[in-house]
Amino acid sequence: MIMATFGNLTDRLADTFKNLRGKGKLSEADVDRTVREIRRALLDADVALEVVKDFTGRVRERALGHEVSSALNPAQQVVQIVNDELVTILGGEARRIEFAKNPPTVIMLAGLQGAGKTTLAGKLSKWLAADGHTPLLVAADLQRPNAVTQLQVVAEQAGVAVFAPEPGNGKGDPVKVAKQALKFAKDKQHDVVIIDTAGRLGVDAELMKQAANIRKAVDPDEVLFIIDAMIGQDAVKTARAFQEGVDFTGVVLSKLDGDARGGAALSVASITGRPIMFASTGEGLDDFEPFHPDRMASRILDLGDILTLIEQA
Amino acid sequence: MAASWSLSGALKSMFARDTIDADTWSDLEDALISADFGPDITDSVIEELRASVAKYKTDDPTDLKRMLRETLEERLARLDPTLTLSARPAVVLVVGVNGVGKTTTIGKFAKFLVGHGRTVVVGAADTFRAAAVEQLATWAERGGASIVRPQQQGQDPASVAFQTVERAQRDSIDIAIIDTAGRLQTKSGLMDELGKIRRVVEKQTEIAEVLLVLDATTGQNGVAQAEAFIQHAGVTGLVITKLDGSAKAGFVLAVQERTGIPIKLVGQGEGINDLTGFTPHVFVQNLVG
Ligand SMILES: Nc1nc2c(ncn2[C@@H]2O[C@H](COP(=O)(O)OP(=O)(O)OP(=O)(O)O)[C@@H](O)[C@H]2O)c(=O)[nH]1
Ligand SMILES: Nc1nc2c(ncn2[C@@H]2O[C@H](COP(=O)(O)OP(=O)(O)OP(=O)(O)O)[C@@H](O)[C@H]2O)c(=O)[nH]1
Ligand SMILES: [Mg+2]
Ligand SMILES: [Mg+2]
Repeated sequence: MIMATFGNLTDRLADTFKNLRGKGKLSEADVDRTVREIRRALLDADVALEVVKDFTGRVRERALGHEVSSALNPAQQVVQIVNDELVTILGGEARRIEFAKNPPTVIMLAGLQGAGKTTLAGKLSKWLAADGHTPLLVAADLQRPNAVTQLQVVAEQAGVAVFAPEPGNGKGDPVKVAKQALKFAKDKQHDVVIIDTAGRLGVDAELMKQAANIRKAVDPDEVLFIIDAMIGQDAVKTARAFQEGVDFTGVVLSKLDGDARGGAALSVASITGRPIMFASTGEGLDDFEPFHPDRMASRILDLGDILTLIEQA
Repeated sequence: MAASWSLSGALKSMFARDTIDADTWSDLEDALISADFGPDITDSVIEELRASVAKYKTDDPTDLKRMLRETLEERLARLDPTLTLSARPAVVLVVGVNGVGKTTTIGKFAKFLVGHGRTVVVGAADTFRAAAVEQLATWAERGGASIVRPQQQGQDPASVAFQTVERAQRDSIDIAIIDTAGRLQTKSGLMDELGKIRRVVEKQTEIAEVLLVLDATTGQNGVAQAEAFIQHAGVTGLVITKLDGSAKAGFVLAVQERTGIPIKLVGQGEGINDLTGFTPHVFVQNLVG
């Protein structure tokens, strides 16, 4: 079977633009050709189809519209439009954690199985501790084999306290544990409580209800939805299911240390309107940073250096 | 609650029409993309179907649906999904990126084999991840397998693998399954470590199967994962996990076709019995309806 191999979008667009150079205004056919390349690149990057359609529609409209810029030629303008639109959807400035006026600040973690929740609990707590906070990790995944042990090990590595009153492996009630944790945190003066929960599928109504019940019981200041950067088109269904099920306040993109292009970031941000707050970039507890929309934009489109592309165009 | 998505649902509008028209093709394209087949495979499937439709001079969407089912099934069935476990001991190495379901799959697989009268030992060669050894031990107990643990914290994974095979040989255990730490395929140091595990075990006996675990929710990165693990670990079979979710794992067709490695097992839940063999017919039925 023949598998088309394309260079990255930078190369492909550079080719398209060669034909456009010197033109005063882009024709509809020029724009359509460029938009097709962009559509392809977005799909290759696993951006959800409905988001791609929406996005390319907007780019097309703006590219054909009368946005006159004397400094840029038409091809350069298209690149500029694409980049602007991407960064806008991904969020301008990364939002910071909202701390409660009356401590403890409660942060609940949720997501699919294996997304990186427990590891993130460790990263977040270490990061907050370095900032003078006294976080408490709460073992409310009582389902996955030895999730409690894993959180205890992670807490020790992060040098923070852990609340793990139940053995897990199917024993104990996560809602109760979460509730008890708040009292424990107040007594012991922990100013941040981070609740690790079991992984669950968007289609699992029962477990989604459980997550909603945990949320109801502790009324968290932040609910972070952790999503694997390698996820494909399913990002939309899953993000919608978690938004309806637990209604998260922010998103964390995990496993960004790989070579996945991370179209999920664009899909989830666009579909849910919730900001992407952090990027998780490795297995170590320090591999964690606030999210940078501009870096993500050029990663998704494989645009390399956008400025260079604009210069070439 | 989001209803379980299906390609068949997405295809409904397409088959509701009386004749095959431009909308039919664009709906089909959308449906394949949404199931993670990826733009390349989607184009090639559509091209093939367009040729069939022209050849058989049909304009009936029902014919098109049947052709779609047939072409996907035929393409998925080109490779032999049989596991080769006749050696004694048969050594199975389980590899993949982080969090895809390697350790869970080993628990299920052990249970399956024990249920068929085989004796199984699992080796905890993930000496890195927090509580990975304890997690595997829980699964081994549930599955009725024995376990070889590292003797100290952070022990070289290759030496745990060696000891696992040694135990199987000494105690005449039929099958040794070795768990490895999750690693992204771009980390060359960690990928080299897999090569080392392989070489160490190969000095003891031939490796029966190297199973690469792929998460059904994965998108186009799955192909890059497969290519890198094949190169470094000599993968002989694929396991697709988390097919109980809403993701349809269309990317596996690209993986099979690009690499020539068959899907051998399918994971469909977190319970110990949620593992089956791979049947193209069932997989496609689940996709197309
Ligand atoms: N490379 C890489 N690995 C990560 C990252 N975050 C987590 N992991 C790894 O991914 C795997 C799963 O991480 P966990 O933190 O256990 O994920 P989880 O969401 O708690 O999983 P469940 O509790 O089973 O649902 C582990 O091997 C982690 O080391 C990341 O940013 N990069
Ligand atoms: N729904 C569902 N969940 C699964 C399936 N297989 C594994 N899981 C879950 O996915 C998460 C990760 O599974 P693990 O077996 O720990 O994955 P792993 O590949 O060993 O992870 P690392 O060792 O950290 O790389 C756990 O929460 C499992 O319960 C499956 O087929 N369906
Ligand atoms: Mg966890
Ligand atoms: Mg594991």
